[in-house]
Amino acid sequence: MNKTTVTHARARANRPRRLLIHLGLIGFGLVMLYPLLWMLSSSFKPADLIFADPSLLPRRIIFDNYIRGWNALERPFSHYFLNSAIVTAGAVIGNLTACSLAAYAFARLRFPLRRLWFAIMLGSIMLPLHAVIVPQYVLFSNLGWVNTFYPLIVPKFLATDAFFIFLMVQFIRSLPRELDDAAAIDGCGYFRTFWRIIIPLCMPALATTAIFTFIWTWNDFFSQLIFLTNPDTYTAPIALRAFLDSTGRSSWGALFAMSMLSLGPIFGFFLAGQKYLVRGIATTGLR
Amino acid sequence: MTVETARSTRDSQKGAPATEQATPPSADGRRPGHRDRREALAAYLFLAPWFLGLIFITAGPILASLYLSFTDYSLLAPPEWIGLDNYRDMLADPRFIRAVKVTFIYVFVSVPLQLAFALLLALLLDRGVRGLPIYRSVYYLPSLLGSSVAVAILWRQIFGTEGLVNQVLSLVGVQGTGWVAHPDYALGTLITLNVWTFGAPMIIFLAGLRQIPRMYYEAAAVDGAGPLTRFLRITIPLLTPIIFFNLVLQMINSFQTFTQAYVVSNGTGGPADSTLFYTLYLYMRGFESFDMGYASAMAWFLLMIIAGLTAANFLASRYWVFYSDE
Repeated sequence: MNKTTVTHARARANRPRRLLIHLGLIGFGLVMLYPLLWMLSSSFKPADLIFADPSLLPRRIIFDNYIRGWNALERPFSHYFLNSAIVTAGAVIGNLTACSLAAYAFARLRFPLRRLWFAIMLGSIMLPLHAVIVPQYVLFSNLGWVNTFYPLIVPKFLATDAFFIFLMVQFIRSLPRELDDAAAIDGCGYFRTFWRIIIPLCMPALATTAIFTFIWTWNDFFSQLIFLTNPDTYTAPIALRAFLDSTGRSSWGALFAMSMLSLGPIFGFFLAGQKYLVRGIATTGLR
Repeated sequence: MTVETARSTRDSQKGAPATEQATPPSADGRRPGHRDRREALAAYLFLAPWFLGLIFITAGPILASLYLSFTDYSLLAPPEWIGLDNYRDMLADPRFIRAVKVTFIYVFVSVPLQLAFALLLALLLDRGVRGLPIYRSVYYLPSLLGSSVAVAILWRQIFGTEGLVNQVLSLVGVQGTGWVAHPDYALGTLITLNVWTFGAPMIIFLAGLRQIPRMYYEAAAVDGAGPLTRFLRITIPLLTPIIFFNLVLQMINSFQTFTQAYVVSNGTGGPADSTLFYTLYLYMRGFESFDMGYASAMAWFLLMIIAGLTAANFLASRYWVFYSDE
């Protein structure tokens, strides 16, 4: 990407050294990925081999683990995946709507106390969830929302993931203001300007928001553990933990199989949205 | 505070305000007060969801948990004011002290190691290596998966008595132990897991390295500076803001680690409380024994620790962070 003539010339002079660097990078990458690849391969191995065979190629491939894992708990795993999908979809839609609305106001509109509210919004980015979880639990249990998906979705519709507001504010500020002015001259109100001008131009920022919200919510464990205690409402991570709890040595294969399936969507989004992921991390330090 | 804000604040100090776009007071020429009021009204409407969130989900609960931290509260009966008792109990509670110690060891060992790996790999990848996107993706993948239950389950197997690590060790004739079940090693397995997720800070380092002008290196090379001198005198000083940013961010993140410790120790923080992370103990007190007052006091203590660390990092940064325009 950033190859300059200097590095080119240097690179040609240092061919053996470059090869060495590549070998090192590949070797290190293999060590990094080995556990994941081994889990994938072990999910197709019989149980006794999981505890005896460190190699990546299963000597015998069986699909038994996937069948047994799928039906290991009270309900088939599809139920838990569906729950995860509902929570995740709700969170994504909530973050996209609420954060873009707030970001437009912060980036474009003038109003009293704007600087104060903006500073509070920035300050809330680093707020640990653990610091507010007890009062949130009290509130949601008084509303009768424990063991529903509301505690996991409604906060997203109230723009509580301030990272994404900030991300979009930065993005909207980089758009030329003349577009807003032209829209105003054409008689667009604030909401029309937001909806017709800003939102279509914000697609990259919206994509980053959607992908990160998806991955975080799909991976989330802490708040789902707290708010979902009824097995019917379990999401995939909570179901996996319940499975781990009830499991003996013989079901590790099935446990691995379900773990692999639960990583599947993340891996898919990772492949599809790499560009946005890299941009998101580089600009705001999300992970 | 991010890479981009750091940049834009610097720009604005040079006299080009990025935050306040100066619009003439009355854009339509007539009745400026009316237009301003309309704009303000629109802004508050756009911000309405955020304000509700502030009241009910973020700022409100912070204040509520401050109040609850001075009470005895178990959800069943109304909170009862007990003054500073929760805080006194905390400081006299050996498990609380243990949790603070375990978490500090975890943060102060794993974050520097993680950043060292991140920087090293970023430097190797920055030299115009062919296939950069592939390497970057491979190294980044663990960061995405690292906080999932699935990977924590994997870790529990890998470092178990008959796990992958011991299988590999036995190939070279070394007899391993049950790492996750051993009080001396269990925390080490979680530190390894955190170091394994060095990909996210690595990408931030890569973005930072790309912003260092190539001509600095060329000029230094002309003056006869070797690779080590160039690294120590150009790369490191110009990268300190990014190092600093990563340090603050990763420390705050690591302080809140929960899933890995919960799954690997099966929700106990064991063996012998060796993986009793702060958030895990908070969860146990608040949501297993329903000691909400005590949990709130712990939440506030956590808030103070994180605020304190962030402030300390900012103060220390005066001495070692170098901004190029100073």
